[in-house]
Amino acid sequence: MLSSLRSGVQSLWRSSSRALQTSSSLRHDSLFVHRDTPEDNSNTPFEFSPENKQRIDALLAIYPEGHKRGAMIPLLDLAQRQNGGWLPIAAMHKVAEILNLPRMRVYEVATFYTMFIRRPIGKYHVQICTTTPCWLQGSDAVLQAIKDTTGCEVGGNSPCGKFSLSEVECLGACVNAPMMQINDDYYEDLSVEDTKKIIEQLKRDEKPTPGPRSGRYASEPLGGLTSLTEEPKGPGFGLQDALKA
Amino acid sequence: MLRQPLSKALALSPCARLAPVTGRRYAQVQAQPEKVEVFIDDKPVYVLPGTTVLQAAALVGVEIPRFCYHERLAVAGNCRMCLVEVEKSPKPVAACAMPVMKGMRVKTTSDLTRKAREGVMEFLLVNHPLDCPICDQGGECDLQDQSMAFGSDKSRFTDIHFSGKRAVEDKDVGPLIKTVMTRCIHCTRCIRFASEVAGIDDLGTTGRGTDMQVGTYVEKMFLSELSGNVIDLCPVGALTSKPYSFAARPWETRRIDSIDVLDPLGSNIVVATRTNEVLRILPRTNEEINEEWLADKSRFACDGLKRQRLVTPMVADSRGNLTPVEWEDAIVAAAQAIRDCPPEKLVAVAGEMADAEALVSLKDLVNRLGGEHVYTEQSFPLAGAGTDLRSSYLFNTKIANVEESDFVLLIGTNVRFEAPLLNARLRKAFIHKETDVALIGPNVDLTYEYMHVGDSASIVKELASGTSNHEVLKRLQSAKRPVLILGADQLKTPEGAALLAYTQELALKLQGKLEDKEWKVLNVLQRNASQVAALDMGYKPGVTADALKNAKVVYLLGADGGQVTRESLPKDCVVIYQGHHGDRGASIADVVFPGAAYTEKRATFVNAEGRPQQTLVAVTPPGKAREDWKIIRALSEVVGAGLPYDTMDEVRERLADVSPTLVCYGEVQDNNYFAQAQALTQALHCYFAIKRRLISPECIPLLYGALSDEGHPVVVLRAALSDPVSM
Repeated sequence: MLSSLRSGVQSLWRSSSRALQTSSSLRHDSLFVHRDTPEDNSNTPFEFSPENKQRIDALLAIYPEGHKRGAMIPLLDLAQRQNGGWLPIAAMHKVAEILNLPRMRVYEVATFYTMFIRRPIGKYHVQICTTTPCWLQGSDAVLQAIKDTTGCEVGGNSPCGKFSLSEVECLGACVNAPMMQINDDYYEDLSVEDTKKIIEQLKRDEKPTPGPRSGRYASEPLGGLTSLTEEPKGPGFGLQDALKA
Repeated sequence: MLRQPLSKALALSPCARLAPVTGRRYAQVQAQPEKVEVFIDDKPVYVLPGTTVLQAAALVGVEIPRFCYHERLAVAGNCRMCLVEVEKSPKPVAACAMPVMKGMRVKTTSDLTRKAREGVMEFLLVNHPLDCPICDQGGECDLQDQSMAFGSDKSRFTDIHFSGKRAVEDKDVGPLIKTVMTRCIHCTRCIRFASEVAGIDDLGTTGRGTDMQVGTYVEKMFLSELSGNVIDLCPVGALTSKPYSFAARPWETRRIDSIDVLDPLGSNIVVATRTNEVLRILPRTNEEINEEWLADKSRFACDGLKRQRLVTPMVADSRGNLTPVEWEDAIVAAAQAIRDCPPEKLVAVAGEMADAEALVSLKDLVNRLGGEHVYTEQSFPLAGAGTDLRSSYLFNTKIANVEESDFVLLIGTNVRFEAPLLNARLRKAFIHKETDVALIGPNVDLTYEYMHVGDSASIVKELASGTSNHEVLKRLQSAKRPVLILGADQLKTPEGAALLAYTQELALKLQGKLEDKEWKVLNVLQRNASQVAALDMGYKPGVTADALKNAKVVYLLGADGGQVTRESLPKDCVVIYQGHHGDRGASIADVVFPGAAYTEKRATFVNAEGRPQQTLVAVTPPGKAREDWKIIRALSEVVGAGLPYDTMDEVRERLADVSPTLVCYGEVQDNNYFAQAQALTQALHCYFAIKRRLISPECIPLLYGALSDEGHPVVVLRAALSDPVSM
């Protein structure tokens, strides 16, 4: 958010000065071409585990003959989960092989969806929402707290390799803003202290309780219920006498 | 995967209904749906339901601008350039994907349409670099042309002055295609071509939104024998020709229509030249042969026309080194050798790019001197009907008709590399028309699925005799329009005659049962551009070791195939080489005549179907090189057996005398000696009944053009069983 504001300010400054050749800004934190790395190249072995192979059979059975490619996203997700939260190119090749598709068709899907992560990431993938409602509720401070405690930069891994940090758009929990998602769990109604506590717990590999940290249940009003406070009425409530048995 | 949905879609689409009538002669006659009337700019036109607005507009001569739409590719509908106003429609519609409806009124010049096009163009240009001055597509760029015609003179997207335009990393897809991906407008034509026509699913889109890019994701070559066509398809300068990069602007070049001679199909080409130099070769549409594609070999081989050329006549000096001399000296030297040579010791060998005019001149010269030894390099069995009947060595079905076939059996041919555009046809038939393909031969990648029957020639014998219990026999027998394609390279082996005979027998058996009496089953796929014309004229196929052993003078007409070597000739034999490149033939020659390449002469070539076509002079031959038939004509005068023609027209009259089919330019004459062929084959069959005890066809291995990774057909002789008694 602020970064875009900053670049806006910079652009204003730039327009008033001499035009310089600049490289265009990256609009996404991941590349859409593959770069071979020691961890991620087509020679890295990847094989689905026996349990996952059973899951694959079950998934493929859902789709009718001739439309097995519909199972691509579930299969890629399975591969990503098995591989510690990221999707190596060898796994994409495996999925292409299982579905009998050209590899390119799998690359297309894997690069389209942002939830497929194509670089090695930490055990805990922290996704902090910085969209307007969360931002208004102080997500910047939460983000700073995560950066401080984990040592991550946005789009990078922590020095210890345990954490990865992403700045994401709305995750649909605006009532409980600010919030973050760590792997599959939402942590909501965060304060800076809550955030630090969660991270510390994760550092010790304890599992913090997911959900709102403010003590409320789900997205109930913070100050307690303002309506529907009394005991629910039983059956037959308000029925006119004539209809009563 | 591609096959099922596409064929289903096509069954519903208008194309299937608009398919040529010839293809559906025996299909159940369906009630033709009633045509609907639509109005394009108030001009009424009747079209079949299912036609798109864009196609309907084309029928009345209204061209709607487009980037992503291409007649030969699936409709993508993603560029939005073809937006037009349709009356009573709240929004403009994409003409390329919108089927017509009864009474539809399309306005292609209304304000709304104009505004829509201008808007689309404005969006396309937000991120398109303004590098036209250094872009190779400049002058033939759809984006350039259409922004001039339909675009606005200004853009409202001023933010790019601050944020910069989108920049995309260039891809390295090999030495033929240069990519500047920042120029890409995401029309996806290249992706659709790769996936539908070429059958190499290596291109795709990665990423999303403004970060979306066309590419291969991993760094890899676009390994297709048709890859050059994406250069023509690309509407902008994102994919351009690497060898042609920064060479010329389209308006500087002269374009000459010509014929390709690098494969047996005779694809139609346009040769672009400037300052007497061939700059590039582009395909020319010919629905009968190459549609609008061109194989990479034909497209990119033109740089070879500038290298290693023979530019001056040469004669071997006393130490055996070839020394440049004047034409007169070379011709006198050659004439002396020929005059001193008894006619039966004069051997002429024609190579794979010899044109019909030169072939007829050379044969006439040898015949006038009393000789009979005129050979081609490519062999063909002479037993039985031999080359007496044209139908035994031609591609009788014709290239375009392959699409109408319902079952194709390939025998010992890797079509993908012997004739890439024929393979593209087969793939098209496989995908769009449910044609099935089977292959006898090594298991190669043909870019589509096929039934692999085995790699032994004995299978053909079993099929011909009906004793095979393979599924392929049932498929062949039940096929309404079966096609057999026999690779000419198989006929080199001693067993080639048997293979040809069994293939002919099988073809005749199948043909006898067909409802369609006009349908031709038997095809021999020749390997080069000269063979058919040479055989038509009476050249003997395949120069034999016997003929060479006794030769005193050998006249090589561009024969570089390596059949004639110094070792195969007597020590005192004089070798005269006439051709355009200093290759194997010239290296063993005593006298060298520099000839003209196919871009440098007006000459006739007959393709594998038997279709004569002519090349035109695009550039003049380099140095002292001359047109080939003229060299032979001049030589004949000095030899003392002057040929009775002095002009091209007279040579062609002579060609017409030899065979009228040689001058029916652009047409294929049907070959209708099938009854005689059958009789000869039966006679041949007795011959093989005797022979069969000596050679056992059961274990004939196939000689085949195997595919190496570089894409070069490598001829491999697998354990040629040579029984000295048999031949």
